[in-house]
Parts: sequence; C-alpha cells; structure tokens
Amino acid sequence: MTRPNPITPTLFFGFVAAVIFGAALPYFVTDFTTFQFTQAMIYGIALLGLNILTGYNGQFSIGHSAFYAVGAYTCAILLYHFEWSPYAAIPASALVTFVVGFLFGLPALRLEGLYLALATFALAVATPQLLKFDLFEHWTGGVQGLFILKPDALFSGWSTDQSLYYVTLGIMLALMIFAWTMLHSRSGRAIMAIRDNPIAASTMGVNLPLYKTVTFGISAMFTGIAGALFAIVTEFVSPDAFTFFVAVNLLIGSVVGGIVSIPGVIFGGLFLVFVPNYAQDIKLAYPWMPPPWAIFGTFLILIIYFAPFGVWGFLERASAWARRKLRS
Amino acid sequence: MDLFLQLTFAGLAIGSIYSCVALAVVMIYQATDHFNFAQGEMAMFSTFIAWTMLGLGLPIWVAFFLAVAISFVAGVLIERIVVRPVENAPVLNQIIVFIGLLVIFNSVAGWIWEYTIKPFPSLFPKSFGFETTLISAHNIGVIGLTLIVLAMVFAFFRFTRVGLAMRAAAANPDSARLVGISVGWMLALGWGLAAAIGAVGGVLVAPIVYLEPNMMSGVLLYGFAGALLGGVSSPGGAVLGGLVVGVLENWVGQYVPGGAELKLTFALVLIVGVLMFKPAGLFGRIVVKRV
Repeated sequence: MTRPNPITPTLFFGFVAAVIFGAALPYFVTDFTTFQFTQAMIYGIALLGLNILTGYNGQFSIGHSAFYAVGAYTCAILLYHFEWSPYAAIPASALVTFVVGFLFGLPALRLEGLYLALATFALAVATPQLLKFDLFEHWTGGVQGLFILKPDALFSGWSTDQSLYYVTLGIMLALMIFAWTMLHSRSGRAIMAIRDNPIAASTMGVNLPLYKTVTFGISAMFTGIAGALFAIVTEFVSPDAFTFFVAVNLLIGSVVGGIVSIPGVIFGGLFLVFVPNYAQDIKLAYPWMPPPWAIFGTFLILIIYFAPFGVWGFLERASAWARRKLRS
Repeated sequence: MDLFLQLTFAGLAIGSIYSCVALAVVMIYQATDHFNFAQGEMAMFSTFIAWTMLGLGLPIWVAFFLAVAISFVAGVLIERIVVRPVENAPVLNQIIVFIGLLVIFNSVAGWIWEYTIKPFPSLFPKSFGFETTLISAHNIGVIGLTLIVLAMVFAFFRFTRVGLAMRAAAANPDSARLVGISVGWMLALGWGLAAAIGAVGGVLVAPIVYLEPNMMSGVLLYGFAGALLGGVSSPGGAVLGGLVVGVLENWVGQYVPGGAELKLTFALVLIVGVLMFKPAGLFGRIVVKRV
C-alpha cells in the first residue's frame, strides 16, 4: 500500500529547483526588480490564504482585502506606536488576523455560498471607511495613514531590498509547506470534504463548525501575514490601499494561478505585479487602448470560460496529457 | 421634531432609490438564484449615458427614457452574451463573472467620462407649487416616480402573458419549457428589466450623490441590505426593505455617535445581522433543502 499523495520525485526536484532559482535571483537582477518579485511573493502569500478558504474549503470570499488590511495595520501600528521590530510584528499580525478571521468565520458558518460572498463583499466595501474612522484616528492615522521605515538588511552584504526579498521568500516557502502538509493530512481531507459535500462530511464525523471557522482563521492569517509584509516593504499604509478593488485583485490572482492549487499562487502573484505594469506601458504607448482594469475584467471572464482551473491546473492537465501520450 | 420628520422623509426618498436597486437584485435572484454584483455599476453606466444625452441637448425626460431603453437592451445582451456561458457553472465561476463585469463597467466609465465628480440635474421641477421645508421637490419626485415604476412592474408580472411566462420560468424552468416558454429568453428579459429598473435608480440618485464611476458602491450595498431585509424571494418585501434601510440609515447617521462616518459599516452590520438571525428576511419564504 502506498501512502496517499506521496512526495513524487517530480514534485520534490521541481520544488528544489524553484527554491534554488528563487534564492539566486536577487544576484542577477536590479534592486527594483527584486522589490517587484518581493511584491509578487507577498501577493502569493495572500492568494494562498484565499485558495485555502475558497478553493479547498468552498467558502467564498470576495472580501479578503479586509484581512489584508488588518494584517497591514496591525504591523504598522506595532512598528509606529510601539516601535516593535518588524520580525516580531509579523507573527503578532498573524495572530491578530487569525483571531479576526476566526471571529468572522462564526457568522459565516450560517451563510452558504452566495450569501457569504455577499457578506464578504460588504466587509470589503466597508473596510476603508472603518480605517478612516475618527475614533481610531490616533492609532490608524485616519485618511493620512501611517509611515514606517524598512528594517536594516539582515546581513551587511545585502541591500535592504534583497534582505526583505529573502525574508519574504522564507515566509512564503514555510507557509506553502504548511499549507501543503495541512491539506494533505486528515484535516485537509476533512476541509475538502466539507467543500464537496457538507452533509456527507458531517455524517462521517467531521466537526463542520470547528473546521470551517478554523479554516477561515488560517486563511485570514495567511492573508494577514501578507498584509504585514506589504506594510513593511512599501513603508506606508493608508485606507485607500485596501479598497474593494484589492479584493478583486486577489480574486483575479487566485483564478489566474488556479484557485485549487498551492504552487499556482506564484503565477497569480507574478501576474498581479507584472501584468498591470505592462498594461500601463501599452496604455501609454497607445492611448486609444482601453484602461488596464477593463482588460483585467475581460481577462477574468475569459479565464472562467476557457480555463477555470488557472495556470497551474493547465500545467497539471498538460503534463497528464503528455504522460498519457508517452505511455501509449 | 422637524429635524426628525425631515430625516424620515429624506430617508424615504433615498430608500425608494435603494428599493429600485433591491428590486433589480431580487429580479435577477428570483430568475437565476444569483446576486448580480455588477448591478450598481450597470446603473452607474446607464446614468452616464443619460448624462451624455443631456450634453447633446436633449430634454432631461427624453434622455431619461432613452437611457432606460438602452439599459434594457444592454441588459438583455449581457445575459445572452456574457452570463449565458456560465449558466450551469459552479456558483464561484458565476460570481467571478459578475465581478469581472463590475470591474469592466467601472473602468470603462472612468475611461470614457473620467473620474471627476459631475453634478447631475434633477428630473423634477424646483417646486411642485406648494411650499414645505420638510421635504425637497426632488425627493417628492423620487418617491412618486419609484411608486409608479413599482406599480408598473407589479402590473407587468400580474396582468401580462409575458410577465406570467417569466414567473413560470423562474418558479419551475422544466415545466415552463414543456408548455413552450423559452426559459433562456425569459432570463434575458429579466436581466433587461433589472438593468432598466437599475437605470431609474441611478438617474434618481445621481443628483444626490453626484455622478462619478464609484457613485453606486454604497447604494448597491444598501440595495443588497434592503433586499435581504425584505426577503430575497419577495419583490414587495425588497421594496419595503429598501425604504426601511433608507430611513434607518438617516436616523443612524444623525442620532448614533459616529454613525455619519460609518454608514457603510452600518450596511455591513445590517447584512450580516439579517443573514444570521432572519436569513429569509421579513417577508421571504423559508427554503427547505432536500437532501
């Protein structure tokens, strides 16, 4: 008998190759490109959170920008008001967003599919207003937001951008391994069973409320960690950085990479960082072109029509097809 | 006391606009079991179309009716071309398509008309011939026009053959198909009607919130809240829900400390609250699912 979901040689060597490539990258590109890759990985971490919740557990969220905001603001407040070290603020932000996500997961228990989408939609639309609210202004900086400083490089040979790149890379890899292990365990099977058939899952003894709320919390935590990193690398948080369109962005990245996948989030993150830049360049060169967001929207709809499984799903299907061809 | 009455009347006026949006949401929900997240942006786009025609020198009522008619056709086309391919897809895919539509309408509106805030004239005269400080002429007109629209929608569903066919297609698609109703076209017609009703709401709300591509995000949220409060399976309930939400919004804004700045949060609390404690809404049917 083989274990389910074994670590195949392809998977293992693919992972090692990707890590080596990722570790070597900052030595071959400029600091600015390194910074862009850092941003892509931060998006990747946020997408990982969304994928766990929506792709694997079947709870829709079109409001993950709210948890991104909670993570970013927790980190910024700890740095700005309490002068914490960023490396202590990130775990603290993770804890806070886990609790917030868990708490939001409680009412979400009673909401199925569409209604949950609606509630999270409302959450995302209301978030910037809450961040601007007068009573919290002392802490959040109100409309102005908060400025924080990047931490110094960990090693003297690195620039600050390179240092943050490696920190982000390390966190992303750790979280990806965490997600992979969790989803391929007994709990992971329970999480997916809830998505596929909640009634059957509860008949089999899966504690539905517990699994759903904890999954919500973990998902929020991932996205919150990404938010904290976002605050650190951009050195600034403000309410307008967390509008509903950020939630849409996350959804686009998730769908592009493949919403039921773990490695797909890297493609989603790269897409979210680099494609808008190119779209902007194209728009500058050809002013008659529609704006980037319109192209995004169209792209989103076309992916849903033709490749709802995203880039990673496409790669998986392509490799399965190739293997079949080789065998016959 | 005057302040309270003023707030209440203004709330009824804005509430009747929410009712229009809520009704549009409920119409699509009833026909297809989905919330159209792009409903607000579609209404915004319709309002911009009316604004453009005003700029061409057309009288405001002509511009209004033309915009509503164009929205109807556009609604039908969107259902036929964009929503059709995901008709039987999982819920998530459909939501993503709606979000895609929302993004497209928002950015294309910003592209054509820019993001500057534009004043939009009222459909109604400055005064209806009598003086009162309790309610503005625009608000009287808003309430009146909404009531007319609702009466027309009611009459359409209650007394016409097409209305009956649409109800049949929504209630039981298979049987409707067996008696010769084209269910697909009925859905498209529902989208068209929803877009037209949304356009009415957009034109009515534009003089209050001013015209810009993001003007509907709050209105849509309140429309959803109204629809949920009244019950998503009940068009009449949705209208009442919209009115109640409008009045509550004004009261909370005035009497609850910090309420004026947290209006959207109020909508969020209302939505989550209704979904948790009375998911069927005040007038909705409780749906029992068969295992």
